[in-house]
Amino acid sequence: MLIKTPARSALGEIQTTPEAAYVSRRSVIRGLGAGLGGLLLSGSASGLDLFAADKKEAAGEAPRKPLDFSPQRPVPDLVLTPEAKVTNHNNFYEFGTGKTDPAQNSQGLKTEPWTLTVEGEVEKPGTVDVWKLMHDIGLEERIYRMRCVEAWSMVIPWVGFELGKFLQRFQPTSRAKYVAFQTLYDPEQMPGQRNRYIGGGVDYPYVEGLRIDEAMHPLTILSVGLYGKTLPPQNGAPIRLVVPWKYGFKGIKSIVKIKLVEKMPPTSWNKLAPNEYGFYANVNPDVDHPRWSQASERFIGPGGVFAVKRQPTLPFNGYGEEVASLYKNMDLRKFY
Amino acid sequence: MAAISKKAFAALLQIGVHLGALLPLLWLFYAINAGHLGGDPVVELIHYLGMGTIRLLLLTLLVSPLAKSLNFGQLNRLRRPLGLWCFVWASLHFSTWLALDLGLDWSLIGEELVKRTYILLGFTAWLILLALAITSIPALLRKMGKNWKKLHGLLYVAVLLACWHFWWSVKSGWIEPAIYLAVALLLLVWRRASVKRWIKSWRY
Repeated sequence: MLIKTPARSALGEIQTTPEAAYVSRRSVIRGLGAGLGGLLLSGSASGLDLFAADKKEAAGEAPRKPLDFSPQRPVPDLVLTPEAKVTNHNNFYEFGTGKTDPAQNSQGLKTEPWTLTVEGEVEKPGTVDVWKLMHDIGLEERIYRMRCVEAWSMVIPWVGFELGKFLQRFQPTSRAKYVAFQTLYDPEQMPGQRNRYIGGGVDYPYVEGLRIDEAMHPLTILSVGLYGKTLPPQNGAPIRLVVPWKYGFKGIKSIVKIKLVEKMPPTSWNKLAPNEYGFYANVNPDVDHPRWSQASERFIGPGGVFAVKRQPTLPFNGYGEEVASLYKNMDLRKFY
Repeated sequence: MAAISKKAFAALLQIGVHLGALLPLLWLFYAINAGHLGGDPVVELIHYLGMGTIRLLLLTLLVSPLAKSLNFGQLNRLRRPLGLWCFVWASLHFSTWLALDLGLDWSLIGEELVKRTYILLGFTAWLILLALAITSIPALLRKMGKNWKKLHGLLYVAVLLACWHFWWSVKSGWIEPAIYLAVALLLLVWRRASVKRWIKSWRY
């Protein structure tokens, strides 16, 4: 098994809070930002409430289909983040910067049909039907730790396939040194792409990249599902990248294009704040974000608001045994 | 408006301030229990309390110039409850971060306070509010005389620090913090005479 599981008894304790408590998706939180303001400041700051109204999109939950996959053996030391938390706490700025915005605003995203184009430095460029791919390629479950650059973490049972195996189909040339990914650009469907305020100032479409050896590493997967079912839109339906030893923002969502290239491709967060977010973005407790520590993380697990679990962050998010060799002789303080 | 009804109106507003500051907290308590705060309620709690604090601070700054320009002195009664509510909200914001985000890990808290400028900014603002809250006891007000005004002018600093703290804490998207900072600056410009007087009071 590929998962390294360090002894961490802190994770083993399960607080029981009824699952139903988390499940209310279209939560009242939408009004949160405006809550007190609405009560107190109906005059002077009402411009913000106008924006809030603009953020609202149609409700109605996108259906998720069960997937055929080979399950992973349970990992005793890893406590899964409850499904409702995985699907209600997302960074997907195309649908708003609030953590619950994606769950609320993305349900209308049209994910079927969906094609993924692979081009660039490959012998056989091509476009695949993602829904067909899901049935053909042979899916497997991968239970991975997910560490967000914002210092929170989850454990998520993804369903997907190895990116490397998939890329081999297109026969990368010797000039393929990097892999560039691109999210769907569709301002009609993605309010964050229409409005800079909703989209958090990101230059869309969202782009990400990996070095070719990172992309070919067996831990790197393209995920099409979680908890045994297809991905909900807020988690990057229908297909997204998961690189478990890197910060979550590397896991680009709703991918439409993969291009193999010779030069290091631009990446969205690096473009926005190069001193804060690097190309590599390997989870590293010794290299702090300029504005907060990366030494520890708050694990989002079972339990309510008082079930706080601060835990130390592990180098390469605990996958050092498998991936540290990719970066030997590299100064990880410089290449953060 | 007749003087007597103005007074009654101000009393009503005062009740409104208390309800307006208290009800969202009760709602928050309900929302936590009902799971309305999303997958990671801790962050939502911290943000909600922080934003509420900034809005209350701006509202507090609004009172004096508004009372003056409306010739409605009774409005000034709102300053004390508003200021105290600012302190309550800021304290909840701060303690949520301490207890629920950092899990009362004091070595980590100490490190974060020193190393993270935006946290230091917020902490400084909270210390100011703490000092203002303690000295809002009427007996102290009388005892402190001129110094009381001198101290309580620090609210201007606290508001600016709070906006700055907000600006530096966001991952991206400077527009919202910029709006809050602009409102704060506008409110300070509106009362520029008092701000000038306050700055002068520190010169000797």
